[in-house]
Amino acid sequence: MSEATAVSIQNLSKSFDEIEVLRDVDLMVNKGEVVTILGSSGSGKSTLLRCINWLEQPDRGIIKIAGQRIGVTDGGKPMSMRELAKVRARTGMVFQSFNLWPHLNVLHNVTEAPIHVLGKSRSEAEAYAHELLDKVGMSHKAKAYPNTLSGGQKQRVAIARALAMRPEVMLFDEPTSALDPELVGEVLAVIKALSAEGYTMVIVTHEMTFARAVSDQVVFLEKGRIIERADPETFFTRPDTERVRKFLERNEG
Amino acid sequence: MSNWEILWLERAQFIDGFISTLEIFGLSISVAFVIGCGMLYMLEGAKPRLEVPLRIFVDSMRMLPFLILVYLLYYGLPSFGIRLNAWWAGVGALAVYHGCYFAEIFRGVRQTFSPGQVEAARACGFNTGKMFLRLILPQIIMRARPLIGNQLIYALKDTAFLVIITVRELTAAANSLSGTYFIPTEAFVVVIGCYWLVSMSMELIIKQCGRFSAKRGFDNV
Ligand SMILES: Nc1ncnc2c1ncn2[C@@H]1O[C@H](COP(=O)(O)OP(=O)(O)OP(=O)(O)O)[C@@H](O)[C@H]1O
Ligand SMILES: [Mg+2]
Repeated sequence: MSEATAVSIQNLSKSFDEIEVLRDVDLMVNKGEVVTILGSSGSGKSTLLRCINWLEQPDRGIIKIAGQRIGVTDGGKPMSMRELAKVRARTGMVFQSFNLWPHLNVLHNVTEAPIHVLGKSRSEAEAYAHELLDKVGMSHKAKAYPNTLSGGQKQRVAIARALAMRPEVMLFDEPTSALDPELVGEVLAVIKALSAEGYTMVIVTHEMTFARAVSDQVVFLEKGRIIERADPETFFTRPDTERVRKFLERNEG
Repeated sequence: MSNWEILWLERAQFIDGFISTLEIFGLSISVAFVIGCGMLYMLEGAKPRLEVPLRIFVDSMRMLPFLILVYLLYYGLPSFGIRLNAWWAGVGALAVYHGCYFAEIFRGVRQTFSPGQVEAARACGFNTGKMFLRLILPQIIMRARPLIGNQLIYALKDTAFLVIITVRELTAAANSLSGTYFIPTEAFVVVIGCYWLVSMSMELIIKQCGRFSAKRGFDNV
């Protein structure tokens, strides 16, 4: 594996009660690359993403974050909670339902993990948090509590919170699916800006126009297998499989 | 000399009793709070093997009359070679009993949390202990505020039971004065006033703390 690989997934399989949700998935994400994962509902997109930071524990396969294996130690034993937390801290995740911590204001949502997980000083964490909140257009709400924000604002804070860990890779699970249509744009704009800055991202989305514009690589999941992967131009204009053609037709809107 | 004048002359007894009640209450409720938090942490999946025994323990405590627990600690433990004086037996009983109630309150509030928050914490690299202390516990305390206030008042009232094992607290002071001078009504009126004073002060403080949770949108819970 080269120095430039942010995430490598080999032979990943995962079942929920006998039902195989992911089957022999291989995926390489290079540093600075944006990979979008498409697929119909129930095809295993979320599960794949959640295996990358071990929120779901795979049954088989090897996952590495910037060369470091997650979930299993060098000795081949399952990682302790503490070891696992260390590797997880190298990833950032943005959820469909935002999942901000409601008792902390916006600024403290962003500084919480850097201070208490990474051990940064408060002043350093706050300086970086302000920078990130600026980047996502939320610095004017630093003192506000999550319950006073719109969905789009919450999601932008959640993005800043994930960025604050200075992750090797950002994982997005349908970041705009819970938003009112008029709020989708502001969140997608932030993610686009991040890609322009060279952040490495893996994004599960149903926004086809966005996927086409932002991706370096598009991956299509069907029943837990990657059945097509291509650059966005190829994927959206001349896909290999009938399945993807059908999917694109249906999602053209 | 009127009955009230007698009580005024004997005020030192009341004051001693009142201070003693406050000490017992303050210490035992603090320990109970810590016990409640500790049990919640263990029920959080931190110690999976303790979960069932802990549940059984909490439930059996909640279903036990407080007075019987006091008797057990004071009169029962010596037969196992553990002899506590009345004061410590009382504090211990209050702490354990209300600790279990706190655990139950906290657990109830904990179940209203969305799993997403915990996942977000895990994704940020929080381990179970830090996540509990920084993210779960503060929210539980804010959300459980009215129930905590209620429990504080229960615990304060339960301190009065300790007169039965000879702890010298507020009710004991009234008891002894009413016995000596045969003025039960006046003596107990003073005591009631004291319990009400403490209860209402606690209510007021707890209510003031409501501002913290209201700002975060917790008060609808
Ligand atoms: N915790 C779980 N327990 C049991 N089955 C699960 C669990 N999580 C997911 N599944 C099942 O695994 C399959 C894949 O789910 P997954 O959430 O990965 O799909 P998805 O592609 O993200 O779908 P969507 O677009 O609806 O989010 C589904 O059939 C789902 O029911
Ligand atoms: Mg999903």
